[in-house]
Amino acid sequence: MAIEQGEVEKIAELARIRISKEEIGDVTQRITEVLQMVDQLQAVDTRDIEPMANPLDATQRLRPDEVTQSNRRDAFQAIAPAVENGLYLVPKVIE
Amino acid sequence: MHTKSVAQLAKGLRERQFSSAELTRAYLDRITTLDTQYNSFITVNEAAALEAAEAADRSLAVGNANALTGIPIAHKDIFCTEGVRTSCGSRMLENFIPPYDATVIERFKAAGAVLLGKTNMDEFAMGSSNESSFYGPARNPWNTDLVPGGSSGGSAAAVAGLLAPAATGTDTGGSIRQPAAFCGITGLKPTYGRVSRLGIVAFASSLDQAGPMAHSAEDCALLLNIMAGHDPLDSTSSTVATQDYCATLDDSLEGLRIGLPAEYFGEGLDVTTGECINNALKELEAQGATLVELSLPHSALTIPTYYIIAPAEASTNLSRFDGVRYGYRCENPADLHDLYSRTRQEGFGEEVKRRILVGTYALSAGYYDAYYKKAQQIRRLIKQDFMDCFEQVDIIAGPTAPGPAFALGAKSNDPISMYLEDVYTLAVNLAGLPGMSLPAGFVEGKPVGLQLIGRHFDEARLLNVAHRFQQATDWHLSTPDSAKGGSL
Repeated sequence: MAIEQGEVEKIAELARIRISKEEIGDVTQRITEVLQMVDQLQAVDTRDIEPMANPLDATQRLRPDEVTQSNRRDAFQAIAPAVENGLYLVPKVIE
Repeated sequence: MHTKSVAQLAKGLRERQFSSAELTRAYLDRITTLDTQYNSFITVNEAAALEAAEAADRSLAVGNANALTGIPIAHKDIFCTEGVRTSCGSRMLENFIPPYDATVIERFKAAGAVLLGKTNMDEFAMGSSNESSFYGPARNPWNTDLVPGGSSGGSAAAVAGLLAPAATGTDTGGSIRQPAAFCGITGLKPTYGRVSRLGIVAFASSLDQAGPMAHSAEDCALLLNIMAGHDPLDSTSSTVATQDYCATLDDSLEGLRIGLPAEYFGEGLDVTTGECINNALKELEAQGATLVELSLPHSALTIPTYYIIAPAEASTNLSRFDGVRYGYRCENPADLHDLYSRTRQEGFGEEVKRRILVGTYALSAGYYDAYYKKAQQIRRLIKQDFMDCFEQVDIIAGPTAPGPAFALGAKSNDPISMYLEDVYTLAVNLAGLPGMSLPAGFVEGKPVGLQLIGRHFDEARLLNVAHRFQQATDWHLSTPDSAKGGSL
């Protein structure tokens, strides 16, 4: 199926990816091509077929709720774009 | 030294024919001289590699050596390496220096291997040609006008160009096997969960798997012995026991049943590539294997199924790149929304953004059942096809790719034609099976790969079949002319 440019703008907003006005037409065309390619799935009868999320049908293992790793905040924040007093800095959110 | 296998190099180190420092220096010199042709490395780890080599030499001197002690290994730039930049082929991680090692890297370090450098790849492992790398495409040592395949194209080119004796790769839809085929080397994608995913930059978490890339099946077995095993820090890591993958390499193929899916030999397969595969199958038959024709009826659905599931998982995994905690951040963000959306606009390349958008769409309200759930249901049908076949046969064989390596630029503007490159490899990831590619001839000087697919956790059998094939053939020993220059 074809996708409208407005819909691409909406999913780009959901995905937090800015798309310029010059690019939006081309991006819409490319995504339409992908969606047309995957459309053939709709013709397959999948009644009563359990969706498969893990190829081995494995389920999540649980571990005891114990502290196993030490705090490495300094190492992790050393690679951040902007930090101060142990906090990550972002543009002001609340006026 | 650089023409020797990992097994031979390990023996040479033990017998003190040369030191790890000499060996590592030799590969570093070759990289300096020859990698201008291939662009197979993004980062060369020169100083730390020489230091690790000297440490390995001290272990060797006191007789405290493991199978890989002192062997230089190149790692795909998707594995986090403590203190060594890990870019994942993206601008987003251009300055990312991980504070920890991936479990795979930790295991190689514990085994005494030397981390030679980090290899080029398609951005976030999304591609089949290595052309989506932010660091420029890697090139095929057999002909530098051709792509090396992808996404682990740098690892394949580095091994084929004799710039590293072996390398690691990851494979989400063919990213070890297809570049191995294009570059004339041997590569193995293990069973889903066989090798830890901890510290591997995630693309599609239900498909991603790391594996070895080297000249021979024997070398791949040596590497897999280090890589495979349970990791409590990866919740999808398998607890199934590993085995010594070298122990059964020489087993006879007498009575082996090899399945040939009709769908892998039909329309779309290059004729000469098909002839190479048929000749390879005759060799296996001569060693006592039986060929069984069979069918994987849902094969035509693997590309659309994959191109829902992989982008959906990628869109969630790649949401972590937000310009806040690590990686690229745009200049002068107006507000938090602008920070996120412009960081991701500028930090990601075209193919990555396209897949995130497709995945976001497939998971969004109103479309989830029609796309993502539907694809997961068909994924089960695709897996069931293989399970049915493995009732009749021990392994499945066919071509790794529909044809040999193509020219740079030939498909880079047409995503759909690029996706078709993976027509024979995607199903293996969807079903979680082990698969490998090994050299099986040439089409006009371009290598052809034979793909072997096994039952879950039957890596040892694939390596056994590949090793027996390589004992009787010498395709895996061919060296491209471009690699014959340089030192040693």
